[in-house]
Parts: sequence; structure tokens; C-alpha cells
Amino acid sequence: MAELTTRVQANPGLILRAEKLGRTVPAKILVAEASFEVCKGETLAIVGPSGSGKTSLLRLLNRLDEPTNGTVYLQGVDYRQIAPRDLRRRVGMVMQRPYLFPGSVADNLQFGPRQRGEILSDERVEQLLAGVGLAGYRLRDVANLSGGEAQRVSFARSLANGPEVLLLDEPTSALDEDSKREVETIVQQVGREPGIPCVLVTHDAAQAVRLAQRALVLEGGRIVRSGAVEEVLGA
Amino acid sequence: MLKSIFSGQLQLGLAQAALAALAALAVVVLAERRGMHLVSELVIAMIRGLVQIVVAGSILLLLLRGPSWTSVFLLAAMIVAAGATSARRAKGMPEAFRVSTWAIACGAGSVIAVMTLLGVIDTPITALVPVGSMLIANAMNTNGLALNRFRSDVLAHVGEIETALALGADGNSSVAPYVQVSFEASLIPAIDSLRSLGIVWIPGLMAGMLLSGARPLYAAIYQFVVLAIIFAASGLTSLVSTLLMRTRVMSAAEQLILRPGQPAAGS
Repeated sequence: MAELTTRVQANPGLILRAEKLGRTVPAKILVAEASFEVCKGETLAIVGPSGSGKTSLLRLLNRLDEPTNGTVYLQGVDYRQIAPRDLRRRVGMVMQRPYLFPGSVADNLQFGPRQRGEILSDERVEQLLAGVGLAGYRLRDVANLSGGEAQRVSFARSLANGPEVLLLDEPTSALDEDSKREVETIVQQVGREPGIPCVLVTHDAAQAVRLAQRALVLEGGRIVRSGAVEEVLGA
Repeated sequence: MLKSIFSGQLQLGLAQAALAALAALAVVVLAERRGMHLVSELVIAMIRGLVQIVVAGSILLLLLRGPSWTSVFLLAAMIVAAGATSARRAKGMPEAFRVSTWAIACGAGSVIAVMTLLGVIDTPITALVPVGSMLIANAMNTNGLALNRFRSDVLAHVGEIETALALGADGNSSVAPYVQVSFEASLIPAIDSLRSLGIVWIPGLMAGMLLSGARPLYAAIYQFVVLAIIFAASGLTSLVSTLLMRTRVMSAAEQLILRPGQPAAGS
């Protein structure tokens, strides 16, 4: 712990650190001894074949699942010391499917802040929507959105919580090529402008190269390679 | 027709039970041909039901002359059995038996106690046990419906629930829509029973009271009383059950425990 505090002091850009993180369920190791860091403004890709534990690892980072060993430090603090609700506000997540709640686009963006008794101003909602290329969509019913638009709303909804890091679980896997490019542009913007680091799970090595600076390759729940994305993925 | 063949009441009863069981079996055999497999479950349920009711009748016969307080133990045993039965409708739900038993005890048990103290239910064992058992049985059905609906709704909406959690919602509010739907759906039969009372059906209790010489108006009013307290017991059971289950599907760290294909879905 003291060592980690020293590391955070030495590298103020260090946002998230997984330390020997693992999850084992009866008769199966989902994730084993995963250790890595994520720094401000960078995108870390987690790649690997289907069933390699990518999503399982991502779900451990915001404690949607409980690690059976190891832990995660968020800004140097063991995340088990942070209330789960607060942790998940600070570690945002965009899922494979957008799972929008019935109602308007604005209702969806207000969901996270409302959990803490906060209300976003209309201007802030418009600003978040403009950031994902959906200016003017505030009052639209989510039932009438395309798949790409819905996923962009889900991005804006996560950003409305003001996260310190964003977890992306194959956010483009259910989208057509055009929508995929739009969402990729948002990922690049998020890392560049607000400087929010992203952890991107993808099975698409080319996408990892386009979006990430570093990559981890998972096989059987274990990290088998890690480093600069071009080196790791041989681009 | 049967009465002309069987002179003894017991033989007549067994013959009537056999014919009734045949009618039920015929329906499930018909359903089986259309791919709906219920035969084994129905046969077991019918044999169990017959044995249980005969045993219960025999015990009642033994207890008839006993003091009223013995009915408390009988009703408590019924609550535990009801908890075990309705818990089977919630396979995979954590602590389903404990939740069901507590819910039925709180719902049916408290309504029986209060109504008995107020004099709405008579204290002699011959009145308290049959009326109490009606409340417990209906609470059991409502509890089974509530748990079954809650379980299937949660399993069908894992993505939505985990999205809410991932956005910082607490466990209770993440599953709140499914608690509400389960509660409402579980009470549909009880509401429909009240709504159709006297029009679609004249319940057995009223028929029994009429046969035993009660005044028709009192029998009718008392039937309404019984259905109203059945609703109260069922509603309270469902409320307690869904609220307890809401906490059981979440871990202390507000992680959804009830998910299809545990461990964690995804890659």
C-alpha cells in the first residue's frame, strides 16, 4: 500500500491499478493474477479470443463481480474501501448493448446524477450530447433511436457521471460499419479532450490498434502479453 | 350414478376422487400430445395432495376435541410446508425457502393472528384451522407467483439491472421495477377472486355454511370476509417476499447474484 502511494505520487497520471486481480468460480479460473495500470488520457485495449476472460476482467474493475483474489486501486485507494455506488460512478462502464431506460434521451443522461440527488442542467445535457454527435436529441424518445445513436447515448450517459476512468465492453460489436466509426471517434475524443482513460475490451485487433496505446492479450484468463499496442498485436 | 353403486361414504369418496383425478389426467395427456409435459408433475402432485388431505383430515379428527392452542402448531407446520412448496417455484433464487417461509409467516400468520384476536376468525380448532389453512394456501400461491415472476424478470433484464448498477444506482432501486411488477402480477388471482365473487363462483366455504344451516346472508357476508382477509394475507406475503428477495439477489457489494449461466456472462 505504501509502495502504491509512492507510485501514485511519482506518477500523478496513474488512475487505476489492478494488482494480482483474479476471479475463480467452482472448477473454473475466469481471471488469474492480472496486474496492470491505466494512466490519464490513455486507452488500454484488452484483447483475446472468445472466452478468454476479457469481459470477466472488465467486470472486476468496477466491482460488478467480486474478485476472489487481488484488488484494484483507484487513485491509490483500494476500491474495497470505496462504496460500490461511488466506485461505479467514478469508474464508468459502457456495455456491449446500450440498455437504454424507457423515456427520453435526457432522462437517460439524468439517471446517474439522479442517484446522488443531482440534476443536470439542460445546457449540460446538450453539451454531453453534442460531445457524442447527438446535438438536439435531448427530448427524443429512446425507442426511436438507431443502434449507433443508442450506443452514443449510452456513452453520454456514462460521461454524465463525470467518471475518472471508462470501461468499454466491446461497444461497437453490435453496430454497423458507419456507427462503429462514429463510436470509435467518441472513444478517441474522450481520451484526448477530457483525458479520461479508457479500458477497451475488443476481439478486433485492428480496432485495438486504431484506438489504444497499450494492449493486454488474455488467454484462459491470464495475461500472456502486454505492452505498446503495435508491439503486442504485431501491427 | 355413483351413489347408486357405492353405499358407504368412504367408498363413494374414493370413487369420486378417482373420477376427478381421471378428468385432470385426461387434460394433461391432451396437453402432452401438444408437447407440454406435465403428466409426471401432476400425478405426483395429485397423489401427494390426496395423501396430505387425508392425513390432515385424520389429524383434524384427532384434534377436534383438543384445546384451541394446538391449532397454532398445526398452522405453523402448514406455513413451513407452504414455504417449502412455493420455494420450488423459484429455482436458483438464493434462500428461496427461508424467504418464502418468512413471507408466508408474516403475511398469512399475522393476518390469522390479528383476525383471530379481533374475533373475525373463530377460535375453535374446527374454524381456525380450515380458515387459517385457506389463508396460508392462498399466501403460498401468491408467494410462488411473485417469486417465479421476479426470478424470470430479473433473469430477463440482467443487462438493464447491471447498467443501472454500473451508473451508480443502488441494488434496491436497480431491481425495483421488477419487484413492483412481481407484486402486482402475484395478486391478480386474489383480485379476480374478489371481483368475481358471487358472479363467476360461489366458494366452497359459503356452500358448506349453507349446507350446515347458516343463514344465506351471513354465509355470503362471511365469504366476503374470508376473501378479503385472504387478499390481505396474500398481499402482505407478496410484499414481504418480494422485498426480502430484492435483498437476496444482490450481494453486500451490490452485485447482481442471480444471473443466467453463473459465473459471469460474457467472455
